[in-house]
Amino acid sequence: MKLKLRIWRQASTNAQGRMVEYELDGVSEDMSFLEMLDLLNEELTLRNEEPVAFDHDCREGICGMCSLVINGVAHGPQQTTTCQLHMRSFSDGATIDIEPWQAGPFPVIKDLVVDRTALDKIIQAGGYISSNTGSAPDAHATPAPKREADIAFDNATCIGCGACVAACPNSSSMLFTAAKITHLAMLPQGQPERYRRVKSMVAAQDELGFGNCTNIGECAAVCPKGIPLESISQLNRDMMKAMFRGDGK
Amino acid sequence: MTTDVTENRLAGDAALDFYTLGEEIADTKAPDVSIDKVWQTRQFQARLVNPANRRKLSVIIVGTGLAGGSAAATLGEAGYNVLNFCYQDSPRRAHSIAAQGGINAAKNYRNDNDSTFRLFYDTVKGGDYRARETNVYRLAEVSANIIDQCVAQGVPFAREYGGLLDTRSFGGVQVQRTFYARGQTGQQLLIGAYQQLERQIAAGTVKMYPRHEMIELIVAGGRARGIVTRDMVTGKIETWTADAVVLATGGYGNVFFLSTNAMGCNVTAAWRAHRKGAYFGNPCYTQIHPTCIPQHGETQSKLTLMSESLRNDGRIWVPKRAEDCDKDPRQIPEEDRDYYLERIYPSFGNLVPRDIASRQAKNMCDEGRGVGPAVTERDSHGVERQVRRGVYLDFSDAIQRLGRKAVEAKYGNLFDMYQQITGENPYEVPMRIYPAVHYTMGGLWVDYDLQSSIPGMFVAGEANFSDHGANRLGASALMQGLADGYFVLPNTINDYLADAPFEKLSDDDPAVVEAREAATARIEKLLSIQGSRTVDSFHKELGHIMWEYCGMERTEEGLIKAIGLIRALREEFWRDVRVTGVNEDFNQALERAGRVADFMELGELMCIDALHRRESCGGHFRAESQTEDGEALRHDDEFLYVAAWEWGGEAGKPVLHKEPLNYKAIELKQRSYK
Amino acid sequence: MVKKFTMAVTGLIMIGFLLMHMYGNLKAFNGAEAFDHYAHWLKGATEDGGILYPIMPAGTFIWVFRLFLVAAVVLHFWAAASLWRKSSQAAGRGYQRTVRKAQTYSARTMRWGGVIVLAFLIFHLLQFTIIPGTFHADPSSPYSMVVASFSQVWMVALYAVSMILVCMHIRHGFWSAFATLGLNMSARSRGILNGLAYFVAVVLYVGFMIMPLAVLFGWIG
Repeated sequence: MKLKLRIWRQASTNAQGRMVEYELDGVSEDMSFLEMLDLLNEELTLRNEEPVAFDHDCREGICGMCSLVINGVAHGPQQTTTCQLHMRSFSDGATIDIEPWQAGPFPVIKDLVVDRTALDKIIQAGGYISSNTGSAPDAHATPAPKREADIAFDNATCIGCGACVAACPNSSSMLFTAAKITHLAMLPQGQPERYRRVKSMVAAQDELGFGNCTNIGECAAVCPKGIPLESISQLNRDMMKAMFRGDGK
Repeated sequence: MTTDVTENRLAGDAALDFYTLGEEIADTKAPDVSIDKVWQTRQFQARLVNPANRRKLSVIIVGTGLAGGSAAATLGEAGYNVLNFCYQDSPRRAHSIAAQGGINAAKNYRNDNDSTFRLFYDTVKGGDYRARETNVYRLAEVSANIIDQCVAQGVPFAREYGGLLDTRSFGGVQVQRTFYARGQTGQQLLIGAYQQLERQIAAGTVKMYPRHEMIELIVAGGRARGIVTRDMVTGKIETWTADAVVLATGGYGNVFFLSTNAMGCNVTAAWRAHRKGAYFGNPCYTQIHPTCIPQHGETQSKLTLMSESLRNDGRIWVPKRAEDCDKDPRQIPEEDRDYYLERIYPSFGNLVPRDIASRQAKNMCDEGRGVGPAVTERDSHGVERQVRRGVYLDFSDAIQRLGRKAVEAKYGNLFDMYQQITGENPYEVPMRIYPAVHYTMGGLWVDYDLQSSIPGMFVAGEANFSDHGANRLGASALMQGLADGYFVLPNTINDYLADAPFEKLSDDDPAVVEAREAATARIEKLLSIQGSRTVDSFHKELGHIMWEYCGMERTEEGLIKAIGLIRALREEFWRDVRVTGVNEDFNQALERAGRVADFMELGELMCIDALHRRESCGGHFRAESQTEDGEALRHDDEFLYVAAWEWGGEAGKPVLHKEPLNYKAIELKQRSYK
Repeated sequence: MVKKFTMAVTGLIMIGFLLMHMYGNLKAFNGAEAFDHYAHWLKGATEDGGILYPIMPAGTFIWVFRLFLVAAVVLHFWAAASLWRKSSQAAGRGYQRTVRKAQTYSARTMRWGGVIVLAFLIFHLLQFTIIPGTFHADPSSPYSMVVASFSQVWMVALYAVSMILVCMHIRHGFWSAFATLGLNMSARSRGILNGLAYFVAVVLYVGFMIMPLAVLFGWIG
């Protein structure tokens, strides 16, 4: 396959960025999208040009490191992670636009690499169960109903890639936060801190400068792990209850 | 054992050209009491640090995977000042996250005769009797606590309708002791640890430094006292000092270029420590995982594993006749299929340990009965031939027996992943699989306290060599990482820290300056070469050499050849590599160059270790040492020891220190899964 | 989040009001007397003292009600403006190319559409409440005002277009309000809410436009 790539190049956070065009030949359809970029970078290096910086690590769709808005869609056309997107999804001779995540709380570091530490900060605000090592009762001490445990699992599969934020017209992190809220709210172990958690995580995402959810649904449409939009309603429910409860802090 | 035999074998040891023999060493920390009392006794003997004093002590932890993340969180909770580093942009991305299948624990919730002792026994046997008994027993002991801890953190393990935890079986065992969270157990456990870590970061006990790569160790006054890092965004070289250093930096499977490891996994932290005096234990013990998606071509950057749990219901086969190999598998009738694992190992069938399943897959393909596209290969004599590298993993029986729905519920995400990558539908056509490098049992040598041969440097998780012997059983890596981080290290490091705080090191202390300058000089050297070959091209070539000669089957001749090839490649690397850009920038080529340089040195040591161990055990299969029916043949008389290698200097030979293994609780046997 | 809940609740209040307003409009088909009587009843100007009499003194309800609605509009607008500001602050540099996979046209036009709807609302109030008696109608008879206005083609056209905007706003707003209030708990409930949103939007459009058209074509009046 032969491709025309238009890639966002930006030297550093405050530098001016622009789309740069590259021609790339010899792409096989079995290649993953990132292997296609590897190929480009090998060629650039041999031409003594600077390779394109992009984040990636596990390349099996689970670490959440890879990003990229491909042809205007976060993670590209397949609703999977960019690393699991394969070139057979594109046709020979296609032009492909590649851009970094764009959102205020995700400043560009270089080229296609952005800083997503804001998501860690949301977790720091309460996305955990306070349970010190060694303090746990036997695992079977508290049974957890399968239905709720399954919902918890579905939400816990979030990989923290930030595609939801990148795709959201409001740059909102609601789906990310809601996934954690729902994961922990569905388990008996998550109950003691449930309402405190939702309040402080929501406050944190506001402070970090994420936008507000207007229930458009772009986030769930690009989420590579299929976190459902209803998680946001779960968060909203918990938040309303928290506002009327004393233990919401 | 007679002295004559040993001397004869020694005389034939070609590896002696490549190493020198040092003094024997021993693990001095495990108390000499009966196996079930060792950990308890050690915990009691270890000196304590009172909570008020912990605030005055600091610990550097490199890595945020299951071992590093859980250790950082736990030491933070205990009240130490923890500085935690990782190369990823967030601690949640460490490669533990990719583990799929499950985590073992001797809970005996199934009432199937499981016990601490059985888990201990299975793990030692699975490791082909090359692990330390004391360590493995402790691992089995704390395994149950891990499950409790994770459930309390909100890890959503699979549950049954009664609300209790579900378990399944894994390779090499006959009980159901593996806890799992669909095919994403590693992810869920890591997120659990990550949340605890973030909680400590919020509490201020842990300071987190993502996108920081450790590139040197600081040793002062005979103790590990700090590290040098490169800020991967700005290129800033920084030094950090503390009272103790913990490396939890994972395995080195990427020495093969193609592996199931993440692209960033590397040996640099461990290798830098090795060069500063830490012994490297059993570097040649590599695990080749049987159920991976076959390679698609030369541009492939990594291999993808599919959980071993697939072998619970999938049946592995190849055609009986080579001429059937290019047929549609669905057209091959039952009687023309060879379910070779079920045939050779009737009692364990498809659930034999990984090393065995992998080697048999290789054997089938070598015999010409592999499936999938034929690729051109060159053997060690340079003769070309066409080989198909794949075997079938067939779910049609399971789909018939359980129904497609049930199979989907159990393995849906794995099937989707397979389809995504190969473009084939595994519900219709059998999957094709082939072994791939997955895990390294070898790693930095540690004693029972997880302390390396450099006082003050501890090593946890895959980065150490400790618990899996020559082969790791499935669902044991998660167990070991969390055991080390949650329960072992936090109960042993205090014995060392009881002597702290140590004298504060200033920025201009000679040890600090030396480390910083060495690190800087190396980066400058890499950037100054400006040769003609890319970093990746060197890495790929190294990978080819390692896979060909130090992969699933190793020979004396091949290993000697490999050492020569690696040395030549290394020389070429330092003469002709091209690293673009500058240090003071986000520079991924530079990051990779440093890692590949270290992989080359490690690759050589792996070959030397493989060469010197003239026996087959677990993942280390020497063609010269096999039974009549092709099984691994150990030589306990000669090789019942841990090979702990000391860095011999740039021009010198590595020094071998043997740590004899003492089997008291378990009788040594030739492993059999038939 | 308080703003979002405010947004949802005030929006639903206004949708409720519109349904009531539509009911009132349809009284036109019962003739001038019924229509005017209903209007006067709301204002407490009928013989029986009007709505809620004697709980409230005659003529009070309408002011309480107006105040309540104005408060809802103001709060809705205030919440929208501050959420809008927050979202634009949160925006990155913007993409060279954007493809939306889920956003509906009505969701995309909520903000500017909302501003136009507000402008339309002001126009509508000026026309019928604040400066009654345009087009030489009798200011004391709402029926005559309605007939006078909607006998103009351009006026009907203006309302037809504006009501499309209003109903689109309601289409996304209705669903979004319930999602914000935590009712989107499954794919099924999402389907129901979205279906209801379309239903309410269509009902409102038809319900509101049928009367002006009837006037225009001379079926009533």
